Amino acid sequence: MSTYQRPLALFWWLERRSYLLFVLRELSAVFVAWFVVYLLLLVNAVSDGAASYQEFLDWSGRRWVVAVNVLAMLFVLLHAITWFGLAPRAMVIRVRGRRLPPVQVVAAHYLAWLVLSAVVAWLVLR
Amino acid sequence: MADEITLEVARYRPELESEPVMESFQVPLREHWAVLDGLTYVKDQLDGTLSFRWSCRMGICGSCGMTVNGEPQLSCATFLTDYAPGPVRVEPLRNFPVIRDLVIDIDDFMTKLPEVKPWIIRDVHSPVEEGEYLQTPQELDEYQQFSMCINCMLCYSACPVYSLEPDFIGPAAIALAQRYNLDSRDEGAEERRAVLSSPEGIWACTFVGECSAACPKGVDPAGAIQRYKLTAATRSIKDLLMPRSRR
Amino acid sequence: MSFHDVVVIGGGGAGLRAAIAVAETNPALRVAVISKVYPMRSHTVSAEGGAAAVAADDDTLDEHAYDTVSGSDWLCDQDAVEAFVAEAPRELLRLEHWGCPWSRQPDGRIAVRAFGGMKNRRTWFAADRTGFHLLHTLFQTALSYSDIVRYDEWYVTKILVDDGRAYGVVAIELSTGRIETITAGAVIVCTGGCGRVYPFTTNANIKTGDGMALAYRAGAALKDMEFVQYHPTGLPFTGILITEAARAEGGWLLNKDGYRYLQDYDLGTPSPTPVLRSMELGPRDRLSQAFVHELDKGRTIDTPYGPIVNLDLRHLGAKLIDAKLPFVRELCSKYQNIDPVKELVPVRPVVHYMMGGIHTGIRGETSLEGLYAAGEVACVSINGANRLGSNSLPECLVFGNRAGRAAAVHAGRYRHAVPPAIEAQGRDEVRRLTEDLTRHSEGHERIADIRTEMQATMENGAGIYRDGDSLAKAAEQLEELRSRYTHAAIDDHSTRFNTELIALLELGFMLDVAESIIACAHRREESRGAHQRTDFPARDDERFLAHSLVRRQPDGTSRVTYLPVTITRWPPGERVYGR
Repeated sequence: MSTYQRPLALFWWLERRSYLLFVLRELSAVFVAWFVVYLLLLVNAVSDGAASYQEFLDWSGRRWVVAVNVLAMLFVLLHAITWFGLAPRAMVIRVRGRRLPPVQVVAAHYLAWLVLSAVVAWLVLR
Repeated sequence: MADEITLEVARYRPELESEPVMESFQVPLREHWAVLDGLTYVKDQLDGTLSFRWSCRMGICGSCGMTVNGEPQLSCATFLTDYAPGPVRVEPLRNFPVIRDLVIDIDDFMTKLPEVKPWIIRDVHSPVEEGEYLQTPQELDEYQQFSMCINCMLCYSACPVYSLEPDFIGPAAIALAQRYNLDSRDEGAEERRAVLSSPEGIWACTFVGECSAACPKGVDPAGAIQRYKLTAATRSIKDLLMPRSRR
Repeated sequence: MSFHDVVVIGGGGAGLRAAIAVAETNPALRVAVISKVYPMRSHTVSAEGGAAAVAADDDTLDEHAYDTVSGSDWLCDQDAVEAFVAEAPRELLRLEHWGCPWSRQPDGRIAVRAFGGMKNRRTWFAADRTGFHLLHTLFQTALSYSDIVRYDEWYVTKILVDDGRAYGVVAIELSTGRIETITAGAVIVCTGGCGRVYPFTTNANIKTGDGMALAYRAGAALKDMEFVQYHPTGLPFTGILITEAARAEGGWLLNKDGYRYLQDYDLGTPSPTPVLRSMELGPRDRLSQAFVHELDKGRTIDTPYGPIVNLDLRHLGAKLIDAKLPFVRELCSKYQNIDPVKELVPVRPVVHYMMGGIHTGIRGETSLEGLYAAGEVACVSINGANRLGSNSLPECLVFGNRAGRAAAVHAGRYRHAVPPAIEAQGRDEVRRLTEDLTRHSEGHERIADIRTEMQATMENGAGIYRDGDSLAKAAEQLEELRSRYTHAAIDDHSTRFNTELIALLELGFMLDVAESIIACAHRREESRGAHQRTDFPARDDERFLAHSLVRRQPDGTSRVTYLPVTITRWPPGERVYGR
């Protein structure tokens, strides 16, 4: 039996906000990978000594590198925020027989994020 | 209120057209008239050759899913007055092969559904004479939402992953697997695990969330999938740390 | 041509239960389910309120049987009722073991609710989506039996019979138009009811009485066809059912003056909380008849969609409605734009259920060898002149199971070759269908026009109240519609999902069913249960404590005979409600 299969439009992902968000979220993986590469470069530069580290800092200060890092941060934020947003759908937590409201699950995630960031900040800045 | 509204209906008759064309019909615009009433008006009064599925017209049989103005909808539960002054564009559900006009081919779902074993699995089936398996209202509540699926296919139509990866088991089938996994009477989670945790299972889902938005019954298949991801991940880690403690 | 040991026509509650019964009885048998829709679209899905079976410690099988017998106005067969009430609990437990999400008591045991015409609480429920959960549980359980073959979206046009024995069917595959002869050792008809012969019905679009007409044409007898149940509470315009559970949970029926009018019709005295077998919990026939009297007295409310009364649920509160009647709230808000928590629900009587059907014995056997029937399409009869709410779902299970077992035994015994006459019949049917398509393409009558007129004829001629004149007129009109049917037009010549051809075939079946209803109603000169003759207002046990049997004659006309009712322990008495 022959049937008709609707072809997928090239810009199908622009048809809906949720589709666009989905594609952007998928894309965020590239920037997460970028951060990993960036970190490896940093570690490499530090291990090669002060001069190399200074060179890395200079390179990092270039306009396009800053731009890429800012963009990468936006994408990673997008990833984190949407990740937290779906947490209550994945985690059904019961406290004394009652299901914890979704808002509280999300809040707990942000709280954990804040605490972790504070710990990192304390380690770096002390 | 105008007394008529235009329905733009996708026609596909393989003997006549190589791809769908739109055809316009004027139908009465009345209070309480669903898009489906418009279509049956067309079939009864204007053009008997228009083909579409419908049955219960009360949003429970799952037959009449269509794309209405770009959105997947049950045409019996979508009202013409909400689209006035029109026109209303009615197309077959997306992501499925079209058999004819508004009739889609759902064989793919019908093949995938048994793969997730949506039935009670137990090591030992107690005889009926021993009475019911006890289940408290709280235990019922654990899975009840996922048991509400009417197999209307709106979620598959809304899912971009399904359109990109036709092998994806899909929202409804996974939600139904979870419906049984979370049922206190069931012991079949392990048997369903291989299919659910496969690349065509939960891991294909990237949480677009459109399935849950499209669901007319509030099933939240996206939630079911995310929950199972957590279960599967936890399970894998346990297996890694304690390889001998299966089950 | 393909062969299966047992072919089940219809994939609803009875059909799936029968198929599973066959698979369980004899795993060596090949069983096929042929359905014009995917099984989970079957009309069982729309049942709301619940399924009756004795469960509580203070309830007894005898009481369930008595409620059913008195509800039926003594027209049921009491041996069938006794078998039914005895097996219903087991069947519902079976469903529980298969995963049906029955509503529960806090301790985890099954919860039961009150229902119309029942003296005790014995209606099991899954919120107010009982039929939906029951059907999906059966469908999903059936998926685990890999030897059940399904023909989804195949439309059966003929049951093949030779020398008084059924050998299979001819069916059209909707998606391709392919016509195939499917032979079988036994055939079970489970196609459900025929509400669509009436204009205003709770029944789904697919309920066109196909199975009744198929069996009738094949030579089987139909029984008690004059007994058509009007449910007292359907939404105006759509006819969507508002379940009896709404009244069982405490809803009131109010006329235009806000008066609980049922107290005027020997149904008891109003009390704020529901009383079993009283007022709003009376049987459906009496409640629908009360509506007509209110209409005659001018105490109903006129709307664009006909006269209505109001169902008041407001005093139940949002919490109870959301817990016990969530679907009612959803349906009211979606289809009527009202919230039953705050507003009155407009309702009117609506054709709901066919007590009559294919004449069967208590093992689902029909008057043809190898042909079985179960569910609404069949008439065993446990429902007699009026079915009690929540008896139909367990009926599908109990008699689906029984028919499946009997058919399995029969098919296992006769696994021999199909006679050549059957093959010839199959070829003839293919020719007939092909010729029909050509002939009707030159027709000039709209299918929908004939259908609409048939529906109006039935409502006017054989509604809640009928009389000799209205029935005679209806018979005449049906004859005229029958001749117009031969000129019905088909514009669709495609072999691909030709729904116009199916609509034509369905209309043909509905005309047969309509004629049989009128024929039986005309002959029964008494009033009993859902059959109320204004010219014969009293029950007449002397002449009519008997089932009507209608058979098709070789010339196409119908012939009605009578078969005595089986009485075991409950001699005919007065039906008492609210006293």
